[in-house]
Amino acid sequence: MKNLKSLVSRGSELVHGATQLTHLGQATERLRGLPRFTEKLKSSSLSPFKPLQLEIFQINLGKMCNQTCRHCHVDAGPDRREIMTRETMQLCLDVLQNLPVKTVDLTGGAPEMNPNFRWFVEEITRQGKTVIDRCNLTILLAHEKYRDLPEFFARHRVKVVSSLPYYQKGFTDRQRGDGVFERSIRALKMLNEVGYGKEGTSLELDLVFNPNGAFLPAAQASLQNDFKRELKQLFDIEFNQLYAITNMPISRFLEYLVTSGNLEAYMEKLVQSYNPAAAPGVMCRNTLSISWDGKIFDCDFNQMLDLAVGCAKSRHLSQFNLAELSEREIQVDQHCFGCTAGSGSSCGGTLT
Amino acid sequence: MSKSYYQPEDLKKFPQITEFSEKLGNKFFDYYSEVFAEGALTAREKSLIALAVAHAVQCAYCIDAYTTDTLEKGCNEQQMMEAVHVAAAIRGGSTLVHSVQMMNKAKEISM
Ligand code: SF4
Ligand code: SF4
Repeated sequence: MKNLKSLVSRGSELVHGATQLTHLGQATERLRGLPRFTEKLKSSSLSPFKPLQLEIFQINLGKMCNQTCRHCHVDAGPDRREIMTRETMQLCLDVLQNLPVKTVDLTGGAPEMNPNFRWFVEEITRQGKTVIDRCNLTILLAHEKYRDLPEFFARHRVKVVSSLPYYQKGFTDRQRGDGVFERSIRALKMLNEVGYGKEGTSLELDLVFNPNGAFLPAAQASLQNDFKRELKQLFDIEFNQLYAITNMPISRFLEYLVTSGNLEAYMEKLVQSYNPAAAPGVMCRNTLSISWDGKIFDCDFNQMLDLAVGCAKSRHLSQFNLAELSEREIQVDQHCFGCTAGSGSSCGGTLT
Repeated sequence: MSKSYYQPEDLKKFPQITEFSEKLGNKFFDYYSEVFAEGALTAREKSLIALAVAHAVQCAYCIDAYTTDTLEKGCNEQQMMEAVHVAAAIRGGSTLVHSVQMMNKAKEISM
């Protein structure tokens, strides 16, 4: 894959969430003719669409990343400078202190590139909460200062969730950049060495699979078997679980869909594959998503689309109000079909 | 009517063949979905067989459908191409194995 730059640095019109949503829903006759996600929710008796019990607090530490993957829904990259300040992290900690959530899910960008990452992880674990780090693997080799992250993770019993789109180089490098597969394998070995993914250590290492293009993921269980067998055989690597997730038709993956001429067929596929059994479990129902600048969203996707949370009194951490947020209506649009297609898709893999 | 026999959009209209014969069409689709369900062979193995057969019968619709389907079953490009080579080998082999008949006949009528 040739070097890619973020949509922002290329001045693409797709940086605007509203433009993306217009593309998805209105760009062509075929897209205009598709059923709306709101109608599907109605037919599944899920209207108005409200959250359930809050269980996961997902915090996006910023858009800076050492990679520039083609499908990135964050439009992250080395050229992005937006990262969470220590003051905003402190706001997160203050809010978390009084929240019954047990899991704090750190994402990005590459969350580890935030200079206050380690301090933040320590403070969260001090509150007795479990930290998930969405680690792109190659960051562990990106600079000397990241080499001891596996030991740091182990010390704080951080659950590491890492993207690896395939157990072979081809699909992985075409999606994530040249050389990413080889460096990801080295990083997985570093994690295995400190006990991650190994039986009996309870240091959890999970992998995330996403399709290498405009098609749906295979069944999670069968992919997990393949990945376990191949990674063990080829590289002696072990991990715990594999999550199969669907590519969301937003940001850079939307750009890919548009430029490759796959947008209409992909949206039709997502809509046709709407699974009423997956809809009640989509992640916005038990998760809140926080942006680098402290704003509150229904999920990381809505965050990237700048779809403000439907709760005017609590849109920023500085005015966080769980009671108000629990009453909100979740903001949905056509991109939501990405969460309900086939077996369903979330940060924790399939939903059914 | 379009100017070409093959239209990619026609693939989506496959279920509509029931319009001219509902009973037979429905029977076929019931049978079809049962054939492809997980059984003694996995759904993925069946999809790879279908991809190979699609090439053997040179059906553009089936190649379209089963290229996507094998990818959605987690297959990779090497596996897909090997399946097509199996079809090619059987086609080639079936041509060549008939040459025994040619040889037999040639020997029968030659001095
Ligand atoms: S997908 Fe992840 S690793 Fe890739 S550019 Fe986006 S944030 Fe970085
Ligand atoms: S995209 Fe976000 S809001 Fe829409 S269904 Fe998925 S998690 Fe919920």
